[in-house]
Amino acid sequence: MNLTEKEVRHVARLARLAISSVELSEATQALGRVLDYIDLLNELDTDAVPPTTHVEAIETVWRQDRVVPSLSPEEATANGPQVSSQMFVVPKILDGGEG
Amino acid sequence: MTNQYEVVIGLEVHVELKTQTKLFCGCANGFGQDPNSQTCPVCLGMPGVLPVLNGEAVALATRAALALHCTVNSYSKFDRKQYFYPDLPKAYQISQYDQPLAENGHVTIHTAAGKRNIGIERIHMEEDAGKLNHLGQRLGDAEGSLVDLNRAGVPLIEIVSRPEMHSPEEARQYLVELRTILSYLDISDLRMEEGSMRCDANVSLRPLDFTGSLADLPRVEIKNVNSFRNVQRGIEFEINRQRQMLQTGQRIIKETRGFDDASGSTYSQRSKEEANDYRYFPEPDLPPLVLTEKWLKEQREALPQLPDELRQSLAERGVAERDAEVLVQDVNLYHYWSQVVALVSDARLVTNWLLSDYSRLMNANNLSFAEPKVSAHGLASLLSLITAGTLSGKMAKEVLETMFDTGETAEAVVKRLGLSQITDHNAIKEIVSAVVAANPAVVQDFVSGKEKALTFLVGQVMKQTKGQAKPDLVNALLREVLATYA
Ligand SMILES: [Zn+2]
Repeated sequence: MNLTEKEVRHVARLARLAISSVELSEATQALGRVLDYIDLLNELDTDAVPPTTHVEAIETVWRQDRVVPSLSPEEATANGPQVSSQMFVVPKILDGGEG
Repeated sequence: MTNQYEVVIGLEVHVELKTQTKLFCGCANGFGQDPNSQTCPVCLGMPGVLPVLNGEAVALATRAALALHCTVNSYSKFDRKQYFYPDLPKAYQISQYDQPLAENGHVTIHTAAGKRNIGIERIHMEEDAGKLNHLGQRLGDAEGSLVDLNRAGVPLIEIVSRPEMHSPEEARQYLVELRTILSYLDISDLRMEEGSMRCDANVSLRPLDFTGSLADLPRVEIKNVNSFRNVQRGIEFEINRQRQMLQTGQRIIKETRGFDDASGSTYSQRSKEEANDYRYFPEPDLPPLVLTEKWLKEQREALPQLPDELRQSLAERGVAERDAEVLVQDVNLYHYWSQVVALVSDARLVTNWLLSDYSRLMNANNLSFAEPKVSAHGLASLLSLITAGTLSGKMAKEVLETMFDTGETAEAVVKRLGLSQITDHNAIKEIVSAVVAANPAVVQDFVSGKEKALTFLVGQVMKQTKGQAKPDLVNALLREVLATYA
């Protein structure tokens, strides 16, 4: 598997990771080895095996639609570096929203 | 290069489900509460917590899917959609990617060319994000934002249409019909202004000589427009903008655009080319969702009568198509109508009164049929007084207005204002005889052929009864008495 530094930079950007050029070349090699291993697994013929998304054999766990007490706004925002009017303060946003 | 284009529109509609609790935790799902008063470690995205699916949300989503003629998948799963935004505390949204709850449905719209089905590609469940309160005027000017996570984790369904609409008007019709269908299911508040229903529109222009796949056309997504009218305006603007660009040889970029209400225009928010890398993968904390035949059958049986069925039954009851449409499109009005009809049974009379006088009063007072000012029983008893002949239409109007203002019953108003129409034969006949006896000259005129003399006598009777006698009855009785003079 040939992983390029450009791809690693892209992945780092998506994960909002700042990496130095030394780290970039290290990460390219390390991640490349992970993908090499995946390539090894890909040699297995799995055509007849249905994809597995979960390792535990449980399905459909759901709960009743019943309200349980929430945290207080003070507790909820206790970890916020900056809080105003019971809300988390975040810096100016340049990008648009998602969802 | 052609100058002819076909407009291609696809809509993505998000609908918040009206459950008691959020999708993956037991926090209350309520609108307009104190900031961050409905949060817990799960919806705040704290480490080490476990989301547990809300069964009721699955039921409501399934009913929506069934009402929209979708195939509900007996097996679906949840996935993580990763992106960074301050309203998303976990830095991923739990959604459904390649195995959604439901697929392949449709909404029927009525165009000039007749009925047409607009395909629904898929319906999936996901959690809502929190709310950002920007400190500046517009997103870009904001110096900072305040994050309220009450909405984070509220259950949503996303209904994705196929790109099968070809005009802003068709898009509007699709939205109106979609909302109408969902309103009968009572699964959401469906308020665009409060964000419980949101719409994104994908707009592209296909050159008529373009033979490739629609997916290859540069598509512009107009995000989060807050009313049906603005969806239509945004699409109109986008069609003109793209057409002008194409005609002047410019390339259209795939991007997300916002809508500016004041100018009616769209503006670039960000190029979508890279941002779309969401790196979905299966949500390891939630087991797959497997729905049994028995459970699906229960959901199907829980479906109420839906708009198309109602239109047909209204037509069978003699309600004009236009009136039926007004009734069906307002679920509260329709329910009110059915309650009154159950008591009065003359569907056309009820429809006429509801859609004219009553609706006028409701609109003038800015009221919704969710909370009718005059109860269904109240209106029914007023209409019964008309069918019984106690009140003329004109009198009933006055009574209704009074009922509306004072909250009195129809009977109380009639009694207090002394309004009832005299239909008692004998009572009127007595007055008629007295009037005839008191006006021998006029009677003589009538007998000698002056038809007009009758009008005077009718007037006299009406005067003595203070206008409460039924005019046609007065006429008939006068002729009967006068016949004895001939
Ligand atoms: Zn919670």
